[in-house]
Amino acid sequence: MKQFFKQNHKTDNSIRQMLRKRKSPMLITGIVMTSIVLLFVLIGLIVTPYDSEAMDATSKLAGVSWKHLMGCDNFGRDILSRVMKGSATTLFIAMGTVLIGIAFGIVIGAIAGYFGGLADEVLMRMNDAALAFPSILLALVLISLFGTGRYNIILALGIAFVPSFARIVRSEFIKQREMDYIRQAELIGVHPFRIMFVHMLPNSARVLVSSLLIGFNNAVLAEAGLSFLGIGVQPPDASLGRMLSEAQAYLFSRPGYALCVGGTLIFIVLGFSFLGEGISEDAKG
Amino acid sequence: MKKKSSKIILLMLLSMTIALTGCSGDKAEENSSTITVGIPQDIEDSLDPHKAVAAGTKEVLFNVYEGLVKPDSVGNLNPAIASEYSVSEDGKTYTFKLREGVKFHDGTLLGADDVKYSIERCMDDGSGTALVEAYTNIESVTVPDKTTVVIQLKEEDTEFLAYMTTAIIPASNKTPDTVPIGTGPYRYISRSPQENIVMERFDEYWGEAAQIQNVVFKVIANADTITMNLKGGAVDMYPRVTSAQAAELGDEFTIEEGTMNLVQALYLNHNTEVFQDVRVRQALCYAIDPQEIMQFVSDGKGVEIGSSMFPTFEKYFMKELNDVYNQDLEKAKELLAEAGYPDGFSFTITVPSNYQQHVDTAQILAEEFKQIGVTAQIELIEWDSWLSDVYTDRNYESTVIGVDATSLTARALLERFTSDASGNFVLYRNADYDKAFENAMNATDESEKIKYYKECETILANDAANVYIQDLPQLVAVNKKFAGYEFYPVYVQDISKMYLVEK
Repeated sequence: MKQFFKQNHKTDNSIRQMLRKRKSPMLITGIVMTSIVLLFVLIGLIVTPYDSEAMDATSKLAGVSWKHLMGCDNFGRDILSRVMKGSATTLFIAMGTVLIGIAFGIVIGAIAGYFGGLADEVLMRMNDAALAFPSILLALVLISLFGTGRYNIILALGIAFVPSFARIVRSEFIKQREMDYIRQAELIGVHPFRIMFVHMLPNSARVLVSSLLIGFNNAVLAEAGLSFLGIGVQPPDASLGRMLSEAQAYLFSRPGYALCVGGTLIFIVLGFSFLGEGISEDAKG
Repeated sequence: MKKKSSKIILLMLLSMTIALTGCSGDKAEENSSTITVGIPQDIEDSLDPHKAVAAGTKEVLFNVYEGLVKPDSVGNLNPAIASEYSVSEDGKTYTFKLREGVKFHDGTLLGADDVKYSIERCMDDGSGTALVEAYTNIESVTVPDKTTVVIQLKEEDTEFLAYMTTAIIPASNKTPDTVPIGTGPYRYISRSPQENIVMERFDEYWGEAAQIQNVVFKVIANADTITMNLKGGAVDMYPRVTSAQAAELGDEFTIEEGTMNLVQALYLNHNTEVFQDVRVRQALCYAIDPQEIMQFVSDGKGVEIGSSMFPTFEKYFMKELNDVYNQDLEKAKELLAEAGYPDGFSFTITVPSNYQQHVDTAQILAEEFKQIGVTAQIELIEWDSWLSDVYTDRNYESTVIGVDATSLTARALLERFTSDASGNFVLYRNADYDKAFENAMNATDESEKIKYYKECETILANDAANVYIQDLPQLVAVNKKFAGYEFYPVYVQDISKMYLVEK
């Protein structure tokens, strides 16, 4: 343990500085909430109280009890188990979406921001065109092309998320483009791609991390929205949006069903929001 | 901070969409002689009564069109456009006397020519195919005088009268698919695609006039919102709620109970490689337990069926076929191993998402198939896509759906499975079946006919043509403002018998 800290002191980067500073309460709340979510999901991947798809006629729409902490749905499936599995599905899709979005966003944004000129014009006008569509609508169109199912949603949402990331990366690169260290690197004759991805990208990390977390939240909500509309995850697979849609029919007799699922969704989104907000606030000062 | 507040707004919007679903729709209609009936699907196929194929379309058009005879709620065929009819001794000549003063919705009087036109239209739609298969047996339709129509058959057909329910449309209407004109108690007013179909009482109806002035059939494509729509007042009646939804509605609604008169089954596309082996199909039949499905979908209501026949057709229904396959997982696994699938296989069940009962059933089936190592993926599709991809193009592996009888005959249910029937959407081909069906067609004696029909049913069951499940219970949720709902042995919604309850 001691050694670990020592090593850490030797290195000098912005993230370490950030960690050493007094953390804002928002950041701490975010870290705690996100850890709970991740723990919850990780446990769910290994073991759930019940098989999330096992049906049981005797406990159809059963209420909250010690046996079923969140009750059962209309097939007698344990809601807690399904929320655990569903959160995992939702997070998995959100993560895939953000990865696709940020990977392509970085490439497009970097080229546009670094080279400028014609490349910038062409890429950014295309980007603007894509941004003109609300991302959910764009995802709907893509899903009608690819079909439903969890991998297709990742692809559709991922593509829909590229433009916003590309824009952020571009503006960050334009800012750094004029800095001395880049000028010097260029004079020495460093290859442009090395400058872009080895020099500039790590220095944009802070902005990227917080926009990544916000993007992640949007992806969680987008997946939930699509599945709620019935074009996302297909039954009997659980996802938070899919479960909300199913819970809708029992909103009056079993409000707990929708509340448990909706509450989990809110908790996840809020946790990541605090985390992102906390990081950017701490970075400012 | 700005980012956070936008996040919170997003969250609030999300929760509001849930809360507001219940508030949508036109509440507190002052003109209360309007009834809004929720239907699961839009009339996508055609407004033309002769060309419509979907049961959901025909149940709506029942209010607009009538035939020479009309079925009633207990299964009798009553004279409608015809006031009386007679059948010759040899059973080949049907003479219909037309009712006087029957008017079409456009105000013109119905004449014998319109009847001749409608029947001949169904004999041959212009491309050589008969719209009503039974009409290929018609030799000629003649009009000896203005109020008489004589139909001459090639062969005797004891079930022929049941096919005289075919809608009579005016010969002058060249576009029945966009301008529906019939003689029924309600007159078509307008249709907004994916939204609604509006009808108005036809005041010059020949029979007892309907009581409710306006009817709006409102399309509810998302089954999850049915209870919201009913409780929020956006619809007054929904003809098919699940028992869980019914329990949700509370005491503002009457729940009428009947049966849907549908053959609900997992229909298998026989062109799919794996389903060509009878042992695989039988294994699926052994894997399921219809009682368990009914327990989940409708609290145990519903009637188990073992072939393409439902109990309302008492004469033909064979209860014993329910026991051809009783759940036996070991046997199912053995059959799969014999067929060369010891580790199971996987296939897709395509289900129209607007029918909650079918979606639920598919989920239970998938769970039951898991026990024999078979993986079923569920694909929810919209009704329009179901109609085009599954029913018309036959581009699917299996589907859960309910098949109705278009007329009060066994033929209506069984003809579908003959090798070259146009409605054979499962592409079932079996020479024995074709032979048995042909025998039934040729039989002139009632008991002989029943015998051959039963043979057909038995073949379908033994050959495991489809995985038969149940005749679904029909739970009709009606707002207590209205009453008078009647169940029919065919799949229709008769609004003309309904009335407003005085308060």
